[in-house]
Amino acid sequence: MGAREFEKGLEAAIPALRRYARALTRDPEAADDLVQDTLVRALRSEHLFHGGDMRSWLYTILTNLNRNRLRSLSRRPTMAPLDDADAPDAAGPEAGGRDIERALALLVEDQRAALLLVVLEGLSYREVAQVQGVPIGTVMSRLARARAQMKSYLDGDRPKLRRVK
Amino acid sequence: MINHDLPIMEDDLHAYVDGELPAGRRAAVEAWLAAHADDAARVGAWRAQAEMIRNRYGGTVLEPVPSKLDAARLRRIERRWFRPALVAVVAAFALGGLSGWFGHDVLEGESRYANTATADAIDAYKLYVVEVRHPVEVPGAEEPHLVQWLSKRLGYGVRAPDLGPIGLKLVGGRLLPGPGGPAAFLMYEGPSGDRYTVYCARSNSPETALRYRAVDQVAAYYWIDDSRVYVVSGPADRDRLLRVARSAYDQLEAGDQKNRG
Repeated sequence: MGAREFEKGLEAAIPALRRYARALTRDPEAADDLVQDTLVRALRSEHLFHGGDMRSWLYTILTNLNRNRLRSLSRRPTMAPLDDADAPDAAGPEAGGRDIERALALLVEDQRAALLLVVLEGLSYREVAQVQGVPIGTVMSRLARARAQMKSYLDGDRPKLRRVK
Repeated sequence: MINHDLPIMEDDLHAYVDGELPAGRRAAVEAWLAAHADDAARVGAWRAQAEMIRNRYGGTVLEPVPSKLDAARLRRIERRWFRPALVAVVAAFALGGLSGWFGHDVLEGESRYANTATADAIDAYKLYVVEVRHPVEVPGAEEPHLVQWLSKRLGYGVRAPDLGPIGLKLVGGRLLPGPGGPAAFLMYEGPSGDRYTVYCARSNSPETALRYRAVDQVAAYYWIDDSRVYVVSGPADRDRLLRVARSAYDQLEAGDQKNRG
């Protein structure tokens, strides 16, 4: 793949990567930084990309960068939440929007990523399995758990304690 | 033809919502849902979740892409510079300092670990830079010994960049406790007594381009590369600090490249 073609591929993917990163982090600044780091990593690794689905490749890089980021956050016992942008629940017109954010925030990272890749980014189960580097069965169980937890929270149950997988 | 043979499993319900059902299965699932209100309610809930997520975040793709995410620009810059992580530095010079590059003054963000190291480096800067008699442990005159000692304690090669070309001489260095193990701390000084420090420690955080952080009158550029975090600290004169950071970066990255082969 030529350099210009590669670059065009990156550009075409940026809006979707921003969307995915925004939902993953629920923090617009952190999201764009994540996309920036993804692009830098992709440009550095261009020689390792041998064609195929660039979109999936980029989602993989971004997902892994976010996992690393959260892992390093959680290693610090004095640090605040395992997650970013722990938005407090609010009443009023914003409440619906906040609820879905809070619901997402309560998910374990792998489950959240799987859910977002399917419903927000429209990836097939097979593609999600490739991005997350796991069998399709694992994707299905992450999806199932994510949806069950979200339903439980949105139905008004108390948020379950998260176990770090 | 409705396939009655295989029972409807949980996976089928998810696949139904996500359009991943094989062709022959759809009618069977629909028949099942018509007869099982609980499952139908769950499927409805999952659909509603998906719609809420899309409503909340879908609009992102309609936003103008911030200039710091311009792949074409990253590419042009990368062609001229050996290391793409230098992009942030050059873009800042070439484009007159977009606020997007430097908006990251906050402790939140993609790497709290790096920000902890940066905070430590800035604290150390403030603590030692005011010292007249004991700013460092080992003086710059003993540079080979200094570098050897720090390398031994850190467990990997430490180098003191030569900042002579930009008017800074090596005052010396010391060892510091770092968030992930010991850190090397080197101090440089200009002819008018202005001081800069270079801090280096291990990091498990993902790589970053140069990032800026300011705390009152002290500022720092930090970056993570190859499992190390580097922090260049100095007075909060952004342009000057950038020159110092870039000079340090050039030499430290070039050396690492050589070592990596």
